[in-house]
Amino acid sequence: MRVLVVEDDPVLADGLKVGLGLAGSTVDVVFTADDARAALSATRFDAVVLDRMLPDGAGLDILADLRRQGDATPVLLLTALDETTDRIAGLDAGADDYLGKPFDLDELAARLRAIARRREGRSGPMLEAAGIVLDPATSIVTVDGKAVSLSRREFAVLSALMEWPGVIRSRAELEDRLYGWQEEVESNAVEVHIHNLRAKVGRTAIETVRGVGYRLRGEP
Amino acid sequence: MTSLRRRLFLLLISATAAIWVCAVGWIYFANRADLEHVLDTRLQEAARMVHSMVASSNLENGGVAAASAADFTYNRQLSCQVWSMSGRLLARSGGAPEDNLAEEREGFSDRLVNGEVWRVYTVVDPEHGVRVAVGDRLGLRARLARDLIVGLVGPALLAVPLLGLMIWASLGRGLAPLRRIAGEIAGRAGDDVSPVASEGAPDEVRPLIAALNGLFVKVEAARRHEKEMTAFAAHELRTPLAGLKTQAQVALAAKDAPTRDGALRQIITSVDRASRLVRQLLALARLEALPEVEGDGGALNLGALVREVVAGLPRRPEITVMIDDALDGLEIRADRDSLYLVVRNLQENAAEHIASPGRVVWSVLPGRVGLAIEDDGPGIPDDELPEVTRRFFRGRHRSGSGSGLGLTIADLAARRIGAKLVFANRIDAPGLRVEIRFCS
Repeated sequence: MRVLVVEDDPVLADGLKVGLGLAGSTVDVVFTADDARAALSATRFDAVVLDRMLPDGAGLDILADLRRQGDATPVLLLTALDETTDRIAGLDAGADDYLGKPFDLDELAARLRAIARRREGRSGPMLEAAGIVLDPATSIVTVDGKAVSLSRREFAVLSALMEWPGVIRSRAELEDRLYGWQEEVESNAVEVHIHNLRAKVGRTAIETVRGVGYRLRGEP
Repeated sequence: MTSLRRRLFLLLISATAAIWVCAVGWIYFANRADLEHVLDTRLQEAARMVHSMVASSNLENGGVAAASAADFTYNRQLSCQVWSMSGRLLARSGGAPEDNLAEEREGFSDRLVNGEVWRVYTVVDPEHGVRVAVGDRLGLRARLARDLIVGLVGPALLAVPLLGLMIWASLGRGLAPLRRIAGEIAGRAGDDVSPVASEGAPDEVRPLIAALNGLFVKVEAARRHEKEMTAFAAHELRTPLAGLKTQAQVALAAKDAPTRDGALRQIITSVDRASRLVRQLLALARLEALPEVEGDGGALNLGALVREVVAGLPRRPEITVMIDDALDGLEIRADRDSLYLVVRNLQENAAEHIASPGRVVWSVLPGRVGLAIEDDGPGIPDDELPEVTRRFFRGRHRSGSGSGLGLTIADLAARRIGAKLVFANRIDAPGLRVEIRFCS
């Protein structure tokens, strides 16, 4: 899951980047409202963690702009203001969820998974296709009932493919899911991860569509 | 006495009673004199009338028996005697005493007859040889006067309770606006400080309402300030706490040593920042609680003070702090703690905004009216300059560790010692220049 964190506190932002990374997400961090707008217009994120109070504007304004443009990216608001009216204003401005500071990192990760799942139209927590079951909460993957061990990046590629079985995901899209902005993308990284995944979940589960990308076997 | 109504009631009722008593006294004494005069005149006239009748009927020449008592009954209250000059009682009215009422001389007299005091008028007529005396009892006169007073006081005694009731009720009505306002204020919720309506209030109560509303405005402003302050403080404290917790959870979940060490280092940074924030919040609260201007302290050497502040802060090798030696020759009289706060917070602010190797320069203002600090940081966007002393304001060029309180504290502390802070961007290079001007 590719997550954008908009938070001006450097320690908290770093904690979110590393912490959500440990939970299997690829995280990008911006510190200002302007950078957040630029990031959201340039990249597609699966979820956004947005601080309400930013140095150059309110998080709610970014959210309102986003929704006005018809962007449905799931947004979780972070706030140190814990009055009910603030929460109501946040949710009414288009937030999908709301957490007060300080929060539990695992709870934040779970809520992000939940709002991302809802956007994909799933209600169950598990991703299932082609005999593979993937649990985003525990990062456990089973093939025909047997657990397989995946690296973080392999897990990220498989998650992206399993979210929309049968739908072709381009190499660039998969790279987006794998790497944040600061990370250097190796030229054949996606091919290498797909190769390794096939060895672990079965040769036929992932199809290559020449010149376009990859897809998981199954009904779109 | 705390009840206005009772106080007014007692004042009114005692004033009314006093006026009444005075009126009764005055009427009594004035009428008593009139009464005496009228009754005396009646005595005199009666005596003359009897005398004229006696003179025309020539009583002296043996018609004593003819003068029956009944003939001279003129008024029950009056008694009449006719005496010969030789001292023989010629005639007397019914109810008149046997003893002589008449005087030797003509005129009024008070006589004690049979244990009663009589007021008597005597007519002496040597020509006909008779003395006519007409008198009435003084007791009767006293009773008349007493009846007059009873006539006055009786209704008054009946009227006083009635009057008291009316005064009490009128006071109740008159004080109703006060009660209405009191009721309105008493019935309010604790956080309702909207103005009390002064429409329909009496002129006397308006100043009170105006004063109350003025107080409400002040209370509301103070409360709003406190609320904002609390909200900001909550945000500024909760964010580092959230960072701490997140990093602690990262350290726990980290599978490799570098990740864990990184998280632990971030925790240390965060604790440092949180403790600085707490120190600043306390300094701010103290500054706000103290009176605006305090008495001058001793003479302070600015060079020594700046050096002390710089030495007391953590050293950062990439930052060179240059202190103009001319500062050592500058002394001012001011409260030391406040000036220390100004210099320290300005120094911290400058150091925070220098990312790469850079300099902080302390110098003397032209005319030796104060000192200035310049840094090599990014400066402050011009539109944000007026805002920098606002609480928790952190501009676009914020440093990672700032709290938005340092310049607020510096400004407040400067004002306490009668100094003024002037914020401007440097003209020669990027960076901020802050001047501390002592106005004396």
